[in-house]
Amino acid sequence: MGVTAWTALLVGASFLLYIVIAIRSRASSTREFYIAGQHVPPLANGMATAADWMSAASFISMAGIISFSGYDGSVYLMGWTGGYVLLALLLAPYLRKFGKYTVPDFIGERYYSQTARLVAVVCAIFISFTYVSGQMRGVGVVFSRFLEVDVSIGVLIGMAVVFIYAVLGGMKGITYTQVAQYCVLIFAFMVPAIFISLHVAGTVIPQIGFGAIPSGSEVSLLARLDGLHEELGFSPYTSGTGNTLNMLAITFALMVGTAGLPHVIIRFFTVPTVRDARKSAGWALLFIAILYTTAPAVAVFARTNLIDTVENKNYLEIPDWFRKWEDTDLIAWVDKDGDGRVKYRGGNALDPVKPIFIDERGASGERLLANSETSNDNELYVDRDIMVLANPEIAALPNWVIALVAAGGLAAALSTAAGLLLVVSTSISHDLLRKWLRPDLSDKEELRAARIAAGAAVCVAGYLGINPPGFVAEVVAFAFGLAAASFFPAILMGIFMKRMNREGAISGMVVGLVFTAGYIIYFRFLHPELDNAENWWWGISAKGIGTIGMLFNFTVAGVVRSFTPDPPAEVQKLVESLRLPR
Amino acid sequence: MGSDRDSARRYWHSNLRIIAILLSIWALVSLGFGIVLAPFLDQFTLPGTGFPLGFWFAQQGSIFTFVILIFVYVRWMNRLDDEYCSDEEDE
Repeated sequence: MGVTAWTALLVGASFLLYIVIAIRSRASSTREFYIAGQHVPPLANGMATAADWMSAASFISMAGIISFSGYDGSVYLMGWTGGYVLLALLLAPYLRKFGKYTVPDFIGERYYSQTARLVAVVCAIFISFTYVSGQMRGVGVVFSRFLEVDVSIGVLIGMAVVFIYAVLGGMKGITYTQVAQYCVLIFAFMVPAIFISLHVAGTVIPQIGFGAIPSGSEVSLLARLDGLHEELGFSPYTSGTGNTLNMLAITFALMVGTAGLPHVIIRFFTVPTVRDARKSAGWALLFIAILYTTAPAVAVFARTNLIDTVENKNYLEIPDWFRKWEDTDLIAWVDKDGDGRVKYRGGNALDPVKPIFIDERGASGERLLANSETSNDNELYVDRDIMVLANPEIAALPNWVIALVAAGGLAAALSTAAGLLLVVSTSISHDLLRKWLRPDLSDKEELRAARIAAGAAVCVAGYLGINPPGFVAEVVAFAFGLAAASFFPAILMGIFMKRMNREGAISGMVVGLVFTAGYIIYFRFLHPELDNAENWWWGISAKGIGTIGMLFNFTVAGVVRSFTPDPPAEVQKLVESLRLPR
Repeated sequence: MGSDRDSARRYWHSNLRIIAILLSIWALVSLGFGIVLAPFLDQFTLPGTGFPLGFWFAQQGSIFTFVILIFVYVRWMNRLDDEYCSDEEDE
């Protein structure tokens, strides 16, 4: 069977599985729709959280980012896992004890203020929509690359599947499809990784393989890669190039941002007890760690394979995958010296960096470009996503393994999209309607409103997936920065500072948000030409600025609190009760 | 009632101590070994492998440690919960 047939088969089978699960787990009350009736066992919640969290970016792009940035890519590995320690120790058990439905719900009740609830609703919806448009786009891209359908049609198919299980089952449907999606995505990620590790390093455990010394060689894989990098003029693989303070700030902002993302937090509302909330955070991180410790191994294998396969090889002698991915715009080669051989060196081969293909072929049959050539020796442009998408082909693995990658990427994108859409729909039906505009709503009417809101959110997400705003990558930095500067401090102080009051929390959130958003907008949108280390405050980039926003939030909240009245007695009682296990 | 509040306060203080210990380790392995001390640690390799030590902490070791930290927390807190609950029943 060919790759396309295998892909259609595996993707079709996995979609059928999700739909069957969705039909079997319909929600019949708002409790089931919002928090799956709090019947989810910790192990299942761990898997669901892992799928909820690991997005198209984790699955498709992360290994590639690390592959191209080496040690500097560690910020994502540590940041996106370290956040779970904060979540488990500082947030999850207490929010489960609170037991209500949404993050804005907690903020609104704890700070006895509809204003605080509204600020939280706006943040939650903004964070979720920015994030979800990337997921729907990911669905479309996977469809177009592997099944040769139009990106828009891919997005529409993805929308239809999410629509079925999110609207029917709410949190209950999403939870059990996410469990299935975790199994699909981790299998799809691990199988090629194990194959390649066996092939390159002679061990089935990739985590060991990428630091191994292959038999018949005197140096380790990493030392060899460092050597290749030096020889070809890339920056070293295993050591850093950036400024330490900036790296600390980015790692910390990603950690805190992870802990503050509403679609992750609400997963901990669904387990039966406080103990289960702690335990399921442990399971979640274990399941995430399986992928996150494999990704850097894949990065090293893929990088070495890529250099070995293409560097100084004749264009026509390189295996087929090279020309196939050239046809989908992910690879471009410009024969600067006209010798028909590919030279892969440090620096950008093209100006502008991304290739602009014209409809003509060059002397060796390569696609010609409208970009001008840069003055360095590098002749190759490689898109980072190729490291996961094409890795099985580069390593010459069987067709069904290649097809598995498509099913895994779709599982990762759909599971995250569903979790985010649920945040949007509950924020609207519960926090805006029930708790603010229409307090007289019956449970049945609220459930109907939640379903309508979920359906509408799917449509908006699909629209954003088909017509992506040109700044999706920038916007993800936004989501983490805002979560770090707003939700995390507000929730943390709500639990650990009994005397933190409405005035302090709101002014902290507003200052954190305005500062962080202002900094990101200034450098990413208004003055991208100034976006370099010389102009950054304290040398900290837009990705790491959430850390500073968080510090401002804490400081302002503490100062304002000190000269405004204490929270009412019943709120202080609420905080005391959150802190006890029962 | 007074002793009820006492045991609640004891419970909370033990909890804070546990959090402080575990988060110190959390920061040490990631921000410490993985970033600030990484250039120094990179002169050693993880015994028996080719991993420069700082690089290994940044891409593997810190993540393994995070998983262990949460499960240690689960264990310690379960024990603390049991003590607290039997305390309450004694009163």
